[in-house]
Amino acid sequence: MAEPAGRPTLSVGERLRPYRVILGARMRAQRQYRASFVTDIVGTLLVGVTEFAEVWGVFHNVPVFGGLTYGQAIVVFALSNLCFSLADMLVGHLDTLPQVIRAGQVDAYYVRPLPVLAQFMTSDISLRRIGRLAVALVLLVVGLAMAQVAWSPAKGALLVLSTVSGTVIFSALFTVAGGAQFFLINGPEFTNGFTYGGSYSAQQPQPIFPDPVRIFWTFVIPTAFVAYLPTIVLLDLPGDGFVPRWLAWASPAAALASCALAGLVWRFGTRHYQGGGG
Amino acid sequence: MATQIIETRDLVREYKKLRAVDHISFTVEPGEAVGYIGANGAGKSTTIKMLTGILRPTSGLVRTCGRDPLRERIALAREIGVVFGQRSQLWWDLPLQESFTILGAIHRLDPAVARVRSGELVDLLEMGGFLSTPVRQLSLGQRMRAEIAASLIHRPRLLILDEPTIGLDVLSKQRLRDFLGAERREHGTTLLLTTHDMGDIERLCDRVLVVDHGRLAYDGTLSGLAKTVGAERVMVVDLAPQAGHEGVAELRDIPGAALVGVEGEGTRQHLAFDPQATSAGAVLAAVSARADVLDLAIEEPDIEDVVRRIYAASR
Repeated sequence: MAEPAGRPTLSVGERLRPYRVILGARMRAQRQYRASFVTDIVGTLLVGVTEFAEVWGVFHNVPVFGGLTYGQAIVVFALSNLCFSLADMLVGHLDTLPQVIRAGQVDAYYVRPLPVLAQFMTSDISLRRIGRLAVALVLLVVGLAMAQVAWSPAKGALLVLSTVSGTVIFSALFTVAGGAQFFLINGPEFTNGFTYGGSYSAQQPQPIFPDPVRIFWTFVIPTAFVAYLPTIVLLDLPGDGFVPRWLAWASPAAALASCALAGLVWRFGTRHYQGGGG
Repeated sequence: MATQIIETRDLVREYKKLRAVDHISFTVEPGEAVGYIGANGAGKSTTIKMLTGILRPTSGLVRTCGRDPLRERIALAREIGVVFGQRSQLWWDLPLQESFTILGAIHRLDPAVARVRSGELVDLLEMGGFLSTPVRQLSLGQRMRAEIAASLIHRPRLLILDEPTIGLDVLSKQRLRDFLGAERREHGTTLLLTTHDMGDIERLCDRVLVVDHGRLAYDGTLSGLAKTVGAERVMVVDLAPQAGHEGVAELRDIPGAALVGVEGEGTRQHLAFDPQATSAGAVLAAVSARADVLDLAIEEPDIEDVVRRIYAASR
């Protein structure tokens, strides 16, 4: 799909301008209805708090869970929630594909000169998810303080690297879920297993899972890379030796692998697209 | 030689067991206006989806603006505009003007160029009064004008319209047809439209493609279509009232003609006849034998009826 000869090559800024304009308009639209925007934020904030209540409940009963103390478990929980809520904010609407197909909106994407997936990803941005993001951020600070991290430049870098990779991994899972909707009937039930199931698995101390489950969440759907593996390194914990500690640094590779999987599923899905009725 | 705007050869699309498009071959030259008509489920939308790169053909060849719609979808999208009558390509929760701004950016138009073009379309389609209204609050007529403007913002060579006038009142239909006719004359834009409204075809198209059960049943002019199916003509006669009577007796026994309408107590009567079975002269002679003919007119066949006949014949 080479650009026709004579068309000047676009700079990155020009290349991204359509998406910037779309997203800018989306954000303005959401803020137009101020009252509902505020209640939506409060709603996602409560979701974040409720999810955390589970961790709180566990440590109300036991001092150590899956080899982690309360503070350490909070770091795992917060890091995974941070990544998930970022991905959910950016591309969480990908699992609404069935409605978008029914509304015929996908056909409109096909007749515009941009990649369909990129249009769909930028078709919305859920600013209201900022509530859950805020809960995750506060808990991350609290958890890191409770766990008394011995900071170093490498650890700072690892934290940033893990956050970015984790967000990419969850975004890829949303894309897998979206792509699968093209050829699954009642797809959301099935694909929620990957997205919300992936999120659930990522926020747990991995040693609580039986080995086959751990292998799945490490090497098939790599959500262990999002929070647990980096936390082990950040907090200088020995881990349980299931995988080597240096694997925490391999989260970009896990993110890339997730993207490759997402690309395959999306491609397979669009090839099976039958057109939105009509 | 300029390349054809549309070329299909033995185009086939199957859904599981159903063959929605069955070996359709046709070409459209630049600047033509073609009506693509057929019953619901005849294969119109499926063809359009293959022309625009939405659907993959099962077999056969399709070229739009000289491009393979699947492989060159993005390049093709810069050269075509598509209006899906029953679905929107606008941003429903934003003021209409924003949709034009966004589409200008999507087509990578220079913002100044996009502003001039959208201003031009706003004037021509008289949209100034609702530019700042959110799309979801527009009336159907306003929305269709906006949809058509949205699909023309990048000056496409080919405009594909899928049921552009569905649900519109007579005046709105007329306005849209006038605009599309002018767009074609002034910019040489090729038009391909599907419709159930024969007024669209009569006013806009000089060529008709009839698709039935996935096959091309007819390709030619509108009047040629009527000839092909041997449609009935209607003779309208104005008759002088008979002496001593209020009106004129109904002409129910004219050989080869059927009475299809009576007005003014029989002073105006409509007689349908098949020009292949009898002649206008024979019908007129039979009428004259029974009443004084003051005036007469012969009406061209109703195209909706003609198309219905094609469907009926192939079923």
